[in-house]
Order: sequence, then structure tokens, then C-alpha cells
Amino acid sequence: MAYSSEDLAIMDSIVKRYPRPRSAIMPLLHFVQSRVGFVNDEGIELIAKILTLEMAEVSAVSTFYTQYKRKPVGEYHVGVCTNTLCAVMGGDAIFAGLKEHLGVENDGVTQDGKVSLEHIECNAACDYAPVVMANWEFYDNQTVQSSKDLVDSMREGNPIPPTRGPDTLVTWKEASAVLAGINDGRAHEGVQAGEPTLLGLKISKEGKQ
Amino acid sequence: MDTTEIVDLITVVIDGFEVSVPKGTLVIRAAEQLGIQIPRFCDHPLLDPVGACRQCLVDIEINGRAFPKPQASCTIPVEPGMIVKTQLTSTVADKAQKGVMEFLLINHPLDCPVCDKGGECPLQNQAMSTGRAETRFEGVKRTFEKPINISSQVLLDRERCVLCARCTRFSDQIAGDPFITLNERGALQQVGIYEKQPFKSYFSGNTVQICPVGALTGASYRFRARPFDLVSTPSACEHCASGCDMRTDVRRGKTLRRLAGDDSSVNEEWNCDKGRWAFKYVTAVDRLTHPLVRNEAGVLVQASWPEAIAAAANGLKANTSAVLVGGRATHEDAYGFSKFARIALGTNDIDFRSRLSSDEEREFLAAHVVSSSTTYRDIDRADHVVLVGFEPEEESPIVFLRLNKQVRKRALKVTAIASKLSIGVEKLKAEFVKVAPGQEAAALSSLALTAQSIILVGERACESAGVLTAVAALADSTGAKIAWIPRRAGERGALEAGAIGNLLPGGRPVIDTPARVDIATFWGVPSLPATVGRSSDEIYAAVNSGSIGALIIGGVDPLDSDNSAAALEALEKAFVVSLEIAPSEVSARANVVLPVAAITEKSGSFLNWEGRARSFDAAVHDSLNRSDLRILSMIAEEMGAELNLGTVTAAAKEIASLGAWDGARASMKPVNPTDAPTLSGNQFILNSWRRLLDLGTLQKGEENLAGTARQTVAVISPNRAQAMGVADGDLLMISTSHGSVTLAALVENIHDDAIWAPRNSRGSQLLVNLGAGHGAVVTVVKL
Amino acid sequence: MTSLTPVLSAHWDEKDSFTIEAYTRHGGYTASKKALAMDPDAVIQLVKDSGLRGRGGAGFPTGMKWGFIPQGDNKDHYLVVNADESEPGTCKDMPLLMANPHVLVEGCIIAAHAIRAKHAFIYIRGEVTHIVRRLNQAIEDAYKAGHLGNGVDLVLHVGAGAYICGEETALLDSLEGFRGQPRLRPPFPAIAGLYARPTVVNNVESISAVPAIINNGAEWYQSMGTEKSKGATLYSLSGHVNHPGQFEAPLGITLRQILEISGGIRTGHSLKFWTPGGSSTPIFTDEHLDTPLDYEGVAAAGSMLGTKALQIFDETTCVVRAVLRWTEFYKHESCGKCTPCREGTWWLVQILRDLEAGKGTEEDLAKLLDLCDNILGRSFCALGDGATSPITSSIKYFRDEYIAHITNKGCPFDPIASTLFVGVGA
Repeated sequence: MAYSSEDLAIMDSIVKRYPRPRSAIMPLLHFVQSRVGFVNDEGIELIAKILTLEMAEVSAVSTFYTQYKRKPVGEYHVGVCTNTLCAVMGGDAIFAGLKEHLGVENDGVTQDGKVSLEHIECNAACDYAPVVMANWEFYDNQTVQSSKDLVDSMREGNPIPPTRGPDTLVTWKEASAVLAGINDGRAHEGVQAGEPTLLGLKISKEGKQ
Repeated sequence: MDTTEIVDLITVVIDGFEVSVPKGTLVIRAAEQLGIQIPRFCDHPLLDPVGACRQCLVDIEINGRAFPKPQASCTIPVEPGMIVKTQLTSTVADKAQKGVMEFLLINHPLDCPVCDKGGECPLQNQAMSTGRAETRFEGVKRTFEKPINISSQVLLDRERCVLCARCTRFSDQIAGDPFITLNERGALQQVGIYEKQPFKSYFSGNTVQICPVGALTGASYRFRARPFDLVSTPSACEHCASGCDMRTDVRRGKTLRRLAGDDSSVNEEWNCDKGRWAFKYVTAVDRLTHPLVRNEAGVLVQASWPEAIAAAANGLKANTSAVLVGGRATHEDAYGFSKFARIALGTNDIDFRSRLSSDEEREFLAAHVVSSSTTYRDIDRADHVVLVGFEPEEESPIVFLRLNKQVRKRALKVTAIASKLSIGVEKLKAEFVKVAPGQEAAALSSLALTAQSIILVGERACESAGVLTAVAALADSTGAKIAWIPRRAGERGALEAGAIGNLLPGGRPVIDTPARVDIATFWGVPSLPATVGRSSDEIYAAVNSGSIGALIIGGVDPLDSDNSAAALEALEKAFVVSLEIAPSEVSARANVVLPVAAITEKSGSFLNWEGRARSFDAAVHDSLNRSDLRILSMIAEEMGAELNLGTVTAAAKEIASLGAWDGARASMKPVNPTDAPTLSGNQFILNSWRRLLDLGTLQKGEENLAGTARQTVAVISPNRAQAMGVADGDLLMISTSHGSVTLAALVENIHDDAIWAPRNSRGSQLLVNLGAGHGAVVTVVKL
Repeated sequence: MTSLTPVLSAHWDEKDSFTIEAYTRHGGYTASKKALAMDPDAVIQLVKDSGLRGRGGAGFPTGMKWGFIPQGDNKDHYLVVNADESEPGTCKDMPLLMANPHVLVEGCIIAAHAIRAKHAFIYIRGEVTHIVRRLNQAIEDAYKAGHLGNGVDLVLHVGAGAYICGEETALLDSLEGFRGQPRLRPPFPAIAGLYARPTVVNNVESISAVPAIINNGAEWYQSMGTEKSKGATLYSLSGHVNHPGQFEAPLGITLRQILEISGGIRTGHSLKFWTPGGSSTPIFTDEHLDTPLDYEGVAAAGSMLGTKALQIFDETTCVVRAVLRWTEFYKHESCGKCTPCREGTWWLVQILRDLEAGKGTEEDLAKLLDLCDNILGRSFCALGDGATSPITSSIKYFRDEYIAHITNKGCPFDPIASTLFVGVGA
């Protein structure tokens, strides 16, 4: 794909955020994912050119981080936490259920390209376990059934909104743009916190009343 | 080490023994001073410490305070009051090291019997010293696809890799070529290239040498030999004037590999891929095995040595003769030619510069270079280094590595005066002073240098009139040091040996009477010729005009000239005695051909660009081939002159006892630059240099090496490209009245007036095809 | 009984708590105004006096860290906030940033002033799209309001999935655009950190605590907590409890107290084991319910306060399975730089898988412990150490359960019994 002059201007502005250009390598890789869906050769070569690095240097960085994908993922990338706490609380069952339901293995993509599945490590939402992420938005307190409903809604083109996130689920590419630091104007959407986040505060206030 | 430097010594105790080492010394190296070998993989004295492999863990306490856990001795500098306990005296260190070794081995394949490294493998050796006999690992080993080519000359076996990162750190820190990197993460971390970009570094072979396992292997040595079958001989590199210390490994009379030697004052522990992997030329060509003499029918036929020597002597005696000796002769051989010219032939008509040259250069060499001693160490201390007519990475790669080291370590300021910004100069972060070819002199005059500055001037500087004059003037006015860096290994030695028309050995000017008397007395001859001899070009011209009738030539390529027609004509015309290892343009036209020993078959020395002697012994001992020196002595004897140089040792002794001239240096006549030519729309001024890897005769038969050569392109500026409607990859025909070459265009940072092409690469042999090197006006057409 | 002390979390229950309006409504950006009027050294002293210690796990005194930055050296200084929260069980910084990103922004302004930095960075993990939005918006709004851009610039840097980048030197390498592998120390970041310049790296919660300290004073902060562990902090309760969540309380509270406040262990079940501060901290059992959860108390009991991530597991949980999962995590996240961690985690996982599947032997337990001994303190950074904690601590407390897997030739637990949805259907 050819990058538009607007894209190149955005990439330039990403480089300018930093005192030294090389620091921009990670947001630029997120940006490539926002345009292509994954990190392809063209993206690596473009970043190398922008930052005057060798392609090997860019590629070495991109392969270190698990969020940079080497092949296309689904429009909705679903991550099931199977780190200990979530796994024990149901993450293992959810992951097994989704593999069966979608007919894909870990890192697989459904034939329609809508959903991809990955088991992920702890996503800092243990008080909402078991947790499922979609395009890195939170789906809290999932069950096997709720997660199947979630992926079904994605395949129908009308995904269930995140528990703590924007009013509607954005696509993988749109989420990647946010991670590249591009404001999509949706920060105000969604709750400020879920119930567990507020529990201590609530108890404290009740205690004082 | 310079004795004037004051070194703070720190005393530490290691395994109960005291040792005093300079401040900053790492514990692992302080232990070496005591002969205590701490096992290690990632540690390398010339790379930044990384502490990754954890093999060198030791227990340390400082002033009674013990570190709570074992420390990597390759990362900790000594401190006063430090007590170190290695595996020899600490059970904790010993267990830690054994534990790490066990971890390294769980995923290492058991393929030592088929691994090239077997027998000289640090992992194998240290597994014996630090490993356990029986494995406790019962699991599944990590597997990768077996060796993959990361370039045409380097193969990578990721299963064997211990991820010490020596190779990636070398490529990044030392060579400035981060084409190999660590990829992936965790247990899947692996060395690799970006798939579309092979490991095309001029220095890639060093990674093979420093790999502590058999993960990186060289295509040319793979599966060829076992280390214990090889006979190793210290040697010196004959490929350029950097002067690398080398080791040549021979099995049954055949060189199987060459390795960089360890000389901290010159090449440290590195060399370039040409020095490492171009050695088959000795065996790849049809070597001359017998003397040949041209018979009455005009055909070269085999002759006995006495017959051939007699024929040579007779031919030289019957004519006014001159000597041409190529830039690859050893110091001793060049001295032999120099002495032969003066004593046997009675002439100063001798020139080692079998390439483009000038009279300005000859005077410059006599006035500023011979007997001078700018060194690598001076680069280490320089405040500013100027490059003119010189591309270090292409033309003297170890000079490049030294510059790169200083640029990386202390941001050494480098200024490059050139028409095109090269990859090497870019890597040195040099200030690029862009000039049109031929206009380098003017740029020099504006530089502000000090007595700590160095001007590195390449042999190509002679191709622009006035540059060497300007270099001399700049050095005179600022006190900056000059270093002349020729491409070929023998040129500096030949200069010191007086294999040039204006100098006798030891820098004695020919026109200086006391200098002549000095040499005549030393050689035991009544007198020496007093007029300055002619240059190579003048000698060929004199043959063609009839004033010279015979030539004795060793190691010269007549095509290495922008007027090769005149050279070839002279070779046809003159009585030629050719000393060669293989049939050549000269031997084909010679009257007498005398086979000589190749570099591996004889001893001798080169003087590198510093003037430092790099001596070597024969690596192949059973050769029957004679050195040039020995043959010259035989001819001289036949002619009734006594060279007294029967052996290399004798020549070396004579050179040493002769010493350098302590009289006045020759002076230099200033030469003015030529005016810039006026160019029409499709005209350019030619700019070129030889690349490290090209069609050079010493690279014959090295296909793997050739696979990593840089692409042959013609470089023009964005402005000119736009004016001509040229984009990268378009074909450009470059022509002169002599001929043309057609090359793919590359639009890059180059002076608008200039077009650059490699001088001697596949498809771009400019001297032969264009009859032009540097500074000629050429016509360029987009095809 | 120790009561909860919401400071950071005081206004999270307001719907717009993440906006600049809400933050300003509750006195936001007054602390930075106050601090900017102070001498930087006075700010450092105030933070030193408060007793604030790093909330990222190690508990290093924050003010002392700031004081290490060389002053008057004519070099650029940098502030880097570690928002790479990825330690299993840890879930305090992400909800904080979702509910109130401005408190971190204001903390950055104050900290940058104190250490004379003109540039500050927040390195946030990449797997939290909505929190990135909130932070990005907060920074934009702070620029618009003139809080940023007048002396200090703040850049949000989004990671891309690598636990190791929570290690401060790996984070710096990552921020410089390299593979996030830890660096040799010394030099320490205070001398040569980001771009080899003096740099302070602080956790989100540490920096977020600063505005309140400026506004309320060191004495106020000192009044909370224990002798050497001052102030209040976020405790994150998760797992087999009736009501998981965030509890902001003075340091030194016990798990028993938090459970009492919050509603206890999952009804009908009993506490089996728990982590005081994430998976890298050796596990505790019901013996430790009354251990004061401050830096000293937890250390004295043989673990580490870490991130105060209280992961609770009841008797339905197989400890071997739990430990295997954590070990798989460390294997997945090992950066690969050093041998013991890279190869050791590869090996540990294989042994633990066999053990869980009932294919292990008693010798395997000895081997596990010996391998842990060869990793702990031999690795380049603390990741390798952390990998050994669950193994060694679980064998210490639950050796019999490992043996049971061996003698039964399999796992005796029903995994469904430990899920959130047991009984109610999946």
C-alpha cells in the first residue's frame, strides 16, 4: 500500500515528539499497523528510511514486542488472559471454548477475517477476572458464554461494546492508531471506572456516613 | 603503551594473590594477569561489556563488604580493597558457573563431530572445564532450520548459538554495519538479518572468528578441515597498506584459511573480508612453473634456469634498461629491484607506481612521506582527521575501523573532502566537503587544523593537480601531520627502498651528492647515476621513442593506467624480462619469463602506511619457487654485478644497517590546480575509486567473497538526475573518446558536476573502457 | 481497625472524574502551581520528608531518588514514568489512569520541576487502548490549559507488549527505540539514563502521590502508615474473594483487615495461598493473614510488598497449575539477554508441565529447586529472580501437593471448581 502524504506527515509529527528520532520507532510501528493491520516489509523499510536506520534494526525491534503482528490479524483481535489468576477464574475454559467455537487455534484468524484469537498475559485488570481483551479494550468478568456471544457479535458486524472503554468497539486498525498516539476523540466515552475500582472508596464513604 | 602516560594502578586480591592493574581494568582481565582463566562467552576485550552470558560469575567483596550475589567479572572494574574469589576458591562462584554452563548446554545440539568449530571451540573447551559429565536435561531441545546463509560467505546455525551477541555487537560497534541483529525474544531470541538485506559488511568475517561456538561459519572453510590438521604461520596481509597481522592456516601445502592476528597497535584483532577470504588467487591461476624464453620463431618456450638467466642478462646488458616494479613487492624485493637498477643497470629509471601517478606526487613522497612516521596511535590522539583522495573503508579498511573507533568513543572530528558522500564517510559522521573532481585543493586551504590534526591523503590525490601541494602547505602552516595511505601493501616499502626515480634507499635524494656517495660506499660501487630517473609513464614513452630498449618488470599490470595502449606498445617493443607468478599481460609480451614465489611461499616484510614493518615467514614451506630477490641476484651476477642479496634475511639486514637518511629532505615544487572545465548539458567530470571488493587480481576465484561486493552503479546528483529525467535504476551510458560503459543510475549526494562509478568493478572498468580515472570530462546519456 | 484512606481514589466515583474539569474542581493543578513557585531543592526535600517510597515494587525512597540527579551539570535531565504495569496480579495503575489521568500529569509537572527536567515521558503498556485515549486527552487538555508546554513537555509513549519493559533500564532502551533489554548498572539512570542523561524513573502511583503531598504537606503524609513505610497506597484485591477491587489504605494494613472490609473469601471456601505483591513475590498462606502489608513486614515474613497485588486463591486451586502458569509467563516474557533466565525458564516449564500432568518424579522437585538456585541471583535482572519465587515458595508450603501429583499420576483438582462461574454455569 502506498502511504498518503497525510500519512507521511503524521509519521513526521510522531518523529518530532522525541528529542531523538529513533525513539519514534515504536509509535511508527503502531502507525504501520493502523494502516496495514500488521507490520509488513514495506512498513519496516519505510520506518528505516524515515529514521535512517538499517532495516535489520527496525525488524529487530518489531520482533521483540508481541503486539506487533507479522501477519494480518482479524478486524477484531481477541485476547484471553490465561495468566494464573484469570486462568484459574475461568480464562482457560473461555480460551478453550473460543477455540472450539471459532474453529481456530492460538494466533488463528477466522476465515472471514473478522476475529483472531490469542491467549495473553496479565492485562492489569485482575479485579475483573476473568478478562478478555478485544483490540485491547476491556471485557470484564467474562464467562464462556459471554465471550462466545462477544465473538458472534463481532462476526455479525455489530460487536458488543467494551465494559470499560468507548461506546462502541473500534477496529484493530483504529485501535492501532490510538496506540500510535493519534487522538480519536473518544476519550470521554465509557465509564470512568468499574465497580471493583470503586469498591474501596464506596466502603470508605459508607463507613464515614 | 606510551611510556609517557601515567597509569593509576589498583591492587586487588584474586584467589589469594595480589595483582596491580591499571584503573578501569575489568576483574576478568585482572585475573588473566595472574593466569586465572575465568570462563566466558560474551566477554571480548574490544567490545563494550554486556554481562549477558553470566558464565564469568565470581564472588566479590570490597573493603569487607561482600556483594550479596555473584557478579559478572566481565562487567566490574577493579576497585581498591577488592577481594575476588573465582571458581577456584569459591564454591558459590563454582556452582554459579556450572549452573550457567548447564543452561547453555541444554539447548545446544550434540553435533560437535560435524561442527567446524570442534577442536577450537570455547564452548567445547569450557564445557570440559566447567560442565557436568552427564546431562540432567530430559526435555525437548529448541530446534531451528539448520544453517541459513546470511550472506554468500557467512552461514548461521541458530541451534549452536549461545546468544553472546559478540557478532551483533561487533557489527554495530566496530564495523558500523548493524545488518545482523538479535531478533525475537526470550528462548526464541536468535541472531538474524533482515531477510531482504544480506550481511554485506566488509568486515563480516570477524564475526566468524569471534563466534565462541560453531554458529557462524565461513562458506569457504566450511567442512574443509579440522583445526588439528592445520599448520598455522603468523603472516602479514598483502592486500592493502593497512598492515594487518594475520595467521595463515595451511594443510598439506595448501592455504585453507586466514585469520586476523592480534596486534593492538595496528589491526587490534580485526581484519577485512578481502584479507581473510581472498587467498585462492595463488592456486586459482595457472601458476608459471618453469622459466620461458622467446625463441627465434617468436614463441615462448620452456628453458632451464641457467639458460633463462643468461638470456635475461644478455638482453638487459645489450640495451639501455629500466625497471618497473609493482606495488605489491615486499620491502626486501623492492630493495632488490632498487639496487639492481642502480648497480646492474646503472640507472635511476625505476618506478613502483604502476598506476596513475604524477611528478607532483613523486616530489611530495620525497619531501613529506619517506621516513615519516604518522601512526594509528596518532589517529587515537588526533583532534581532527581530514580525508582527501582517500576512502578509508574501501582503500584501507583498518584505518577505517580505527577512525570509527575514535568517532564512536570520543566523537573524533573527521572531515572528508570528496565529490561523493560514501557509505564509509557517512558512517564516520564526517563533515562532507563537497567539491567537483579536481577542485580538492581549494577546499583544503580553508581548513583550520592544529598540530594534533592529521591529514590522511590517499594515492588518488595525485590524480588532481595541486592537491598534494595544498596538503603540504596546510601541514606546513598548521603543524598537522601528514599520512600518505597508498592502496597496495608494497608501495611504502618500495618508496623507502628507493624503487622510484628521485630517491635512493632510506629516503636519500638522488640529486644529493653526499646521499649518493653514502649509498655508493655502502654498496661498494664507485658511483651511482646522478640524474633523477623517469616515471612509469615516461619509461613506457621512452621505450616507444626508442631511448630505452629493455625492461625488467615484476608484478605490474599495464592495464592499470589511463594510457594502457602506450604501455602495451612499449611491452611489444622492448626486450622484456618478466618476473611473475602467473601468465599476465607482461609475461605474454616478454622475452624472458621467470616464475617467482607467491607471498605465501616466501618470507619478507611489508611496510604499512605508517612505515611499520610487517614481516612474515613462508606459510607454505616446501615451495621450490624463488623470491624476486633471489632471481635478481642471479641475473645481476650473470651481468657481472654483485647484489649480495642471496636471501631475504641478507636484504633485511642490509636495509637495517643502511638506515634512514639524516640529511636534508628533497624539496617540492608547488603545482597549481587546473581550472575547472566548462561542462555542457550532458557532460560530467568523472569521479571514481576502487572498491574493496572488485575485479582486483588478488580476488580471482573468490566467488563467495564477490557475492558481498557492493552494487555497481553510476551516481549522479538529484539536480542533474532531475534535469536529465533520470531515476534510480535507469541505465546511463558514460562515454569518452576512448569508449563507454553502461551502468544503472543511483541518485545520491554528489557534486552536481560529478558522476561517480567504481573504477574496477564488474561492468565498470573505467581505465580500460574509458581510458580515464578521475577528473576527465565524460558524456552521459540516459538510455 | 485501620480504615481506608482514599486520596488518589477520592473522586473516582464521579462520572467525569477523568476530565480536566473534574480534576480542577477538586483542586487539581493547585499543587503544581505551588511547587513551581518553590525552589526545586525544597520540593525534593518535601518529598523526602514525606517518606514517600516507590510504589512500583522496590520501595526506594522517591525524594532520595530525585536527589541523586546531579544539579547544575548543564545536561538535559529526564523524568520517565513507568506505566508499564504488567506484573501478574497488579492492577492499580491502570484503573488509576482510567479514572484520573490528570493527577499523574500534575505529578509529572512537579517532579520535572524538582529534578530540573524539561522533558518528561510516560511509558504506558500498549494493551490498554482506552487508557491511552484518556491519558492522551489529559495531556492535550493540560497543554491547552497551559499546565504543560511552559517549561516542561510531556510525551506519552505506548509500549507494545513486553513485561520486561517494566524493568527501568529495559524501559529506557525501549523508549530510545531499541529492543527492551535491561542495561548494565552502573551507570545508574540517575547518572546516565535516557539518552545517557540523568534520568528519574518512577512508578505511576509514586508520581501521582506527589500533588497531594505538596498540597497537604509532609507531615500529613507521614501521619499515615508505619514507622518506615509512610503514607497510603492502593491495595488490589483479586481472585477468590466475594468482592475484588481497589482499596486505598495506609501502609501496614493486613490482608485479614482488607478481607473483613471487603467481604471476605469466596463464600463457602477458605484461603489457600496468596501473593502479597504480584507473582514475583513469594506466596503466602493463611499463616500470613496478619502480616502487616508494608515493606518491612512483608519482607520479615519472607516475601516482598511488591505492587500490593493481593491475588487470592482458595482451596479449589491447584498450586502446581498456578505455578506452572506463572512460570510459563516468565518464559514468555524473558527478554533472552542472559543465559540463566532464558534457558532456565525454558527448562522449568518443561519440568512443571510434566509434574502437573503426573509424569514427574520426586527427583524433579529437587532438580527444580536446584535450577532455581542457579537462576536466582545469577540472572542479569530481577525477572529471572521473580521466576523462581512461585516455585520455591510453593514447594516450601505445598510440597505434599506436588507429591500428590506424582503419586496420583495426575492433577487431583477439578479446574471448573475454581472458576468464577462454577455453579452458575459458563
